Amino acid sequence: MHGISRKTPSREEQDATALKAAELRDLQSQFLHLHHNKIYTKEALETSAKLLEVNPEHYTGWNYRKLAVQYFLNHQSETEVDSEYIQSVLNEELKVVENALKKNFKSYGAWYHRKWVLSKGHSSTDKELRLLGKFQKLDSRNFHAWNYRRFITMLKKISDEDELQYTTDMIYNNFSNYSAWHNRSVLLSHLFEKRGKGHCHKESVLEEEFEFVRNALFTDPDDQSGWFYHLWLLDQTVKLEPFLLSSWPPHGSSLYLSVDDYLDGRNLLPSVHFQSKDRMFPLILYFSEAVEGVNSSTVTVECEYYANDNVIWRPLSSNKFGFAQAWLTYLNFPDEVHYLKDCPVKIVVAPFPGIVSSSGISCSKTSHIEFSLCVPSHDRGHAEGQTMPRISWKDEKFYPHATQSQDASLHNSLQRLKITEEGKSKTSDWSMKTIANEIAHCRELLSSTNCKIGKLTLARLLMAQNKLISYGIPNDGIEVHYEEILGLYHDLMKLDPTHICYYEDEYSLVQLKQVTSSMESILKYCHQYGDSTSPSMDSSFCLRLNDLSLSRIGSVEQLLWIQMLDLSHNKIRSIEGLEALQLLSCLNLSNNKFCSFAALDPLRMLKSLKVLDISYNEIGAHTVDTRRYLCSSPMTHTVENDWNFKEFTNAGVEMINHWDVFFIFRDVNLIQLDITGNAVVNDQLKLFLFKLMPSLKWLDGENPN
Amino acid sequence: MCTIFNMFTRMFLPDFHEFHQIAYGRPINDRMGELKIEKHVKYILSVEKRKDDFVSVVMEHLRLNGAYWGLTTLDILGKLDAVDQDEVVSWVMQCQHECGGFGGNIGHDPHMLYTLSAIQVLALFDKIEVLDIEKVSNYIAGLQNDDGSFSGDMWGEVDTRFSYIAICSLAILHQLDKINVETAVKYILSCQNLDGGFGCTPGAESHAGQNFCCVGALAITGSLHHVDKDLLGWWLCERQVKSGGLNGRPEKLPDVCYSWWVLSCLIMIDRVHWIDKEKLVKFILDCQDKENGGISDRPDDAVDVFHTYFGVAGLSLLEYPGLKAIDPAYALPVEVVDRIFVSK
Repeated sequence: MHGISRKTPSREEQDATALKAAELRDLQSQFLHLHHNKIYTKEALETSAKLLEVNPEHYTGWNYRKLAVQYFLNHQSETEVDSEYIQSVLNEELKVVENALKKNFKSYGAWYHRKWVLSKGHSSTDKELRLLGKFQKLDSRNFHAWNYRRFITMLKKISDEDELQYTTDMIYNNFSNYSAWHNRSVLLSHLFEKRGKGHCHKESVLEEEFEFVRNALFTDPDDQSGWFYHLWLLDQTVKLEPFLLSSWPPHGSSLYLSVDDYLDGRNLLPSVHFQSKDRMFPLILYFSEAVEGVNSSTVTVECEYYANDNVIWRPLSSNKFGFAQAWLTYLNFPDEVHYLKDCPVKIVVAPFPGIVSSSGISCSKTSHIEFSLCVPSHDRGHAEGQTMPRISWKDEKFYPHATQSQDASLHNSLQRLKITEEGKSKTSDWSMKTIANEIAHCRELLSSTNCKIGKLTLARLLMAQNKLISYGIPNDGIEVHYEEILGLYHDLMKLDPTHICYYEDEYSLVQLKQVTSSMESILKYCHQYGDSTSPSMDSSFCLRLNDLSLSRIGSVEQLLWIQMLDLSHNKIRSIEGLEALQLLSCLNLSNNKFCSFAALDPLRMLKSLKVLDISYNEIGAHTVDTRRYLCSSPMTHTVENDWNFKEFTNAGVEMINHWDVFFIFRDVNLIQLDITGNAVVNDQLKLFLFKLMPSLKWLDGENPN
Repeated sequence: MCTIFNMFTRMFLPDFHEFHQIAYGRPINDRMGELKIEKHVKYILSVEKRKDDFVSVVMEHLRLNGAYWGLTTLDILGKLDAVDQDEVVSWVMQCQHECGGFGGNIGHDPHMLYTLSAIQVLALFDKIEVLDIEKVSNYIAGLQNDDGSFSGDMWGEVDTRFSYIAICSLAILHQLDKINVETAVKYILSCQNLDGGFGCTPGAESHAGQNFCCVGALAITGSLHHVDKDLLGWWLCERQVKSGGLNGRPEKLPDVCYSWWVLSCLIMIDRVHWIDKEKLVKFILDCQDKENGGISDRPDDAVDVFHTYFGVAGLSLLEYPGLKAIDPAYALPVEVVDRIFVSK
């Protein structure tokens, strides 16, 4: 019981409560009798008032009183309207509510009854604000009172400016009033919306707010309230319109479409060659945030052999509402097209607004991507179904990527991964200046205190600054501070071990930003796969981000060209975002912390994926699946109703244990899969996997034939 | 937000006392046996019989909620067979009204709050078929407003709690197509705040309990991509205070009930690793009445059924050994949810 001490009551206390209980029981049954018989006499109303005073949560009691009011009002209208009488009836209700709230001012029923009475057009603004003032003084965080306050201000058309002043007063009274900070963000959002394009206005307001909240933060740096508000201000400051961040193929590249099986020895330069048996060529657009509206009217594809109208863009995300950061389409070269040499392809994104972010902001910048493509003639007589060697992820199969002359082109195309000039959003210097200013203040605060959220805020501010710099916003030569940010997160892990995993996740994201920040840096993690003695015969290109203590993945926009990726020996739990890597054919996720098959949901969208290693994870070792509601399943109503387990249950598979396996692996066409070292693995599961994926040739190194 | 499902207990609120500072705990596996399962089962069964003390009388109007809390706890503890199924089912059905909705007890008015509890209790017993599904689902669907929101009953109180209830109930009944899911989701999103969380109506402050309702409703409708998981996850993980317990809003005291509201959200958005689970396990275990059974809001406070439920459900979400897994969105054992959605 809230705040009630656990002690055995004395004999007298027991007797007293037994008496109270008997009285209340009696009152409740009396009341129900009146209610069921629709008796609205004065005495009957008094009974209900008494009941609600003792037990304000008795919702049927409030319903009864509403029925009584309606009864009186209807009764009235038959004769002539006596406004004084109506007034007295409604006044009585307000009184009952007040008494109930005195008993329990967190009673939903009482507050709603008051709203209901007021909607009948009664009571003065002053009176309601006075009452609220009383309650909000007693408990300045009571969210019922704050909700009621918003109701009254709307009903009585009290201006947002006046209410803003009220929050200022409340905050000066106590900096730690999160409810007031919250209401401030609501009111300011309204004001920003109302004043629409008055950008200058928004900027000066935000500057004032930064200063206002600084008072609170410097007064008590360990109080959370102000920091949450500060984070919101930061978000408002760096809010940009969505724009195209990267693409595959990158601008300025020339590619060779090969129709051979994968890993056939000619695959030296991943961003230059791309294999597809079906002469399907993927195009990927990656935006700065999730957008909708990518289609043939907002994005035009110009190619001699391809009519733009046929281009259908698909969002790469598991949600059914059509918002995604990454969008995919295929250029499909029909058989009639024989040999193409240097066929130019031009993609123009958003010649007019139409691509919109989930927060409703339009992408208004035009971006151009131009590349050229060589397509060999159809069917070079390559034998189908040729036995393919099993991929091994052993260290000795990889050797460092040697910088050779042929890499020049690879180098080139990677350098151009970022979309140039016109794709960038021109944000005013204001954001940059404001962030720099906040960084300075934050450093000042941290020079005198070792405050946890202060450190976290500094890390976030520096990341925000990096983001603006990477978007090409003029920055007066400010350096990117990866090492400092990593250092801050490292400190935080020691300072606040309760939230260590949060800091580890953030740390990983910064680490990956750093790794992918330049070509030189990426190349350090690139390896050749195959036999080092004859690289030209059996060799492929692999990005190895293994054994880096990564707990989370990110920066995928820089990796759209990757076909072979090693993420093994990390602490990764989820591969959210990996669906953007549409070229991926070999993926090593072994020795991580995946807890369920549901965590592999993004794989459903990787149509080129052939080799997957998820051995030595924690699949099946947990009773709680944290990805259960982030994957496609019948529980989330995200799968069509066309599935049927019969075929598998007949084969003796317990579907209730393996529905996630079904919904994920029925959509992928693996040739090689490793799952050993997971608690879930047994013969039944293996059999099920073979049945689900007829393409599967090796499962944990075993071949069924 | 213990008051979220009409809990009456806040009437005793003002006398908070200092909570205990609790040091680091041992690994969860070492704690096996520290949960007094037998005592809690006995406690729950005794509450059911104790109809005459003051607390039971005050709670009479929400007895159906109480039944859901108690029975779900028993199921998680593996002791659901300790109650007479037929007796419970027959009592539940007596709470139903002509309109299709359920009251909190026999003779009390119909309301969404109790309709969900009724459906959940029947689901626990695998007895959904005793319902006139058409009738119940029409009652719920009939409470959707034009803006997508839901009223709690005919009197029109609007709250995202009711959005959750409608969506959860109809999903269990396989009747989601009876409502406009798109506007329902839009309304919930209009209640999203600066901290990534949700309030009961647009503009209302985020609260752990309300977050559960909104995140749960979005989860069930496959719309979690609308949630800024990092922002909300950080707000939620910062609910853990030094004692290991969780509070429901910034700068508030911890309370066992948030072990459910906060944890379930963190699991649904895959951020539960951001808190220290062992410290939370210890906090919950310290709130047990080790002699008479039951769990309270904070150590040494008086126990009650809902905190017992929230404590046990919380421990289940923390993978405490020997407990059945509970589903974070439907608030029913995972095996019940899988039975409803997978075995068709």
